[in-house]
Amino acid sequence: MLSAVDLAAIWLTIKLATITTAILLIVGTPIAWWLARTRSRFKGLIGAIVALPLVLPPTVLGFYLLITLGPHGPVGQFTQWLGIGLLPFTFAGLVVASVFYSLPFVVQPLQLAFEAIGPRPLEVAATLRAGPWNSFFTVVIPLAKPGFITAAILGFTHTIGEFGVVLMIGGNIPEKTRVVSVQIYDHVEALEYAEAHVLAGGLLLFSFLVLLALYSRKGTRVWQ
Amino acid sequence: MTPDAAIRARFQVIWPRFTLDIDLTLPGRGVTALFGHSGSGKTTLLRCLAGLERHCVGLLHFKGEIWQDSERGIFRPTHQRPLGYVFQEASLFPHLSVQKNLDYGRTRVNHAHKVSLEDVVELLGIAHLLDRMPDRLSGGERQRVAIARSLATSPELLLMDEPLAALDLKRKNEILPYLERLRDELDIPVCYVSHSPDEVARLADHIVLLAEGRVVAAGGLRETLARLDLPTAFTEDAGVVIEAVVASHDEAYHLTRLDFPGGSVVVARRPEAIGRQLRFRIYARDVSLTLTRAEGTSIINLLSATVTEVADADTPAHVLVQLDVGGTPLIARITRRSRDHLHLAPGQPLWAQIKAVALLA
Repeated sequence: MLSAVDLAAIWLTIKLATITTAILLIVGTPIAWWLARTRSRFKGLIGAIVALPLVLPPTVLGFYLLITLGPHGPVGQFTQWLGIGLLPFTFAGLVVASVFYSLPFVVQPLQLAFEAIGPRPLEVAATLRAGPWNSFFTVVIPLAKPGFITAAILGFTHTIGEFGVVLMIGGNIPEKTRVVSVQIYDHVEALEYAEAHVLAGGLLLFSFLVLLALYSRKGTRVWQ
Repeated sequence: MTPDAAIRARFQVIWPRFTLDIDLTLPGRGVTALFGHSGSGKTTLLRCLAGLERHCVGLLHFKGEIWQDSERGIFRPTHQRPLGYVFQEASLFPHLSVQKNLDYGRTRVNHAHKVSLEDVVELLGIAHLLDRMPDRLSGGERQRVAIARSLATSPELLLMDEPLAALDLKRKNEILPYLERLRDELDIPVCYVSHSPDEVARLADHIVLLAEGRVVAAGGLRETLARLDLPTAFTEDAGVVIEAVVASHDEAYHLTRLDFPGGSVVVARRPEAIGRQLRFRIYARDVSLTLTRAEGTSIINLLSATVTEVADADTPAHVLVQLDVGGTPLIARITRRSRDHLHLAPGQPLWAQIKAVALLA
């Protein structure tokens, strides 16, 4: 039912979403922590920048990423200087673009979870001899676990659903940048509706099941 | 500094609508009550002692160690101070069982444990709760676990921020005996924030009265409560706390005699055995004065006393009279007219009639 090309696209999509989610959890956690705890006047600015991908057309984000990562862009010149070449139209470039594109979907649930915890558990931990790092790992992460799960699910599914940014920055190279959403587009362009149905239906079912699981979860455990 | 002074604190916190400005010496053992109305700065002071208030500047010496000296840029973070802190609400970690909550602080302490976990668990009566999760505990049980958790770190200083305030009367009475045991069995200084005169009278050995971010009075509980120069906010409930010993029981009339230095009072039969210590409170408004020993009165508690001081009370109609009952201070709140009528002046001997004795147990 699935051709080798379809399977390759599915595999590539899962790989992209997994790597992107992993990077986002690592990058997003300190950003979300800072946003949740800071009283800096730059909080609004950083918060707005993180939220931009929520409202921007993916083509706009993709366009500027293409320019920045391209041969004349600052990042592009830096990657060339490093000897790793240019990122656009590579899998690595796709990962970079996906991280930006899905950033708010990871940062915002984490920020909400951190804000809900409040300063008290950290104060308690400090009076019990736990240093800041120690209390982060032994108190904040366990208490924010629902937030981390939400962030990971949203980051993963949102990356799987991206299309515009992929086209702009990744193009349509089999086994390198051709993800499921692009493959569906190809099928439709080629009037292969049956093949498109399999992938599109699969994506629909997957997304629905994930969201169903997410929204059916019991509420966050309340701080005692 | 007095010889048993262990804590020297000079703090300033300046917020837009509140300023804390205190300079205090606190004793190295016993319970010191930080007492005042809400907004008086008592919790802020406690947080400064713990290093939790980041806007607090000043100086803090604890038993010869410098915990904070803002001028020299010294600030020891909370997790490096050997203290225990009990918050108003129990603040147990909801993701950890009672046992793991107890272990959280205990396992992070490097030095040898002066307090064994078994003793702490026994002291607070929580042995049957160890496997439970915090959301399966009652409010009183949670607070007992929180107290045990802070004690399990073998702290050298215990800070308690109104640990009973969030509890109803029944739970309060459930915890108070544990706190009394704590006071009697622990050899560390305890700072206890409270706005409840009864809690203070029952638990404290020393008291710091705070109003609007400043220290109004500080010292031993007995002497401080007997002072007449406290701000009016504290004189509405003016009265003294007396520590007494159960001397005898009168089974026929169902009464108990309590002896204290300089006198004794008779109260309704107490369950405590002879020789046990008991604290009671005599409110100034429950003390009336007669120049001669009254005969034919239903009041059974008559104490021979001497006037030491007379001062204004919280209303223009009243005055406060400080008395000396063989070494134990007493305060009476009488009308200004009675003062003039009796020609009260320091040094005058008279009789104090005690209308009510409030026992604190």
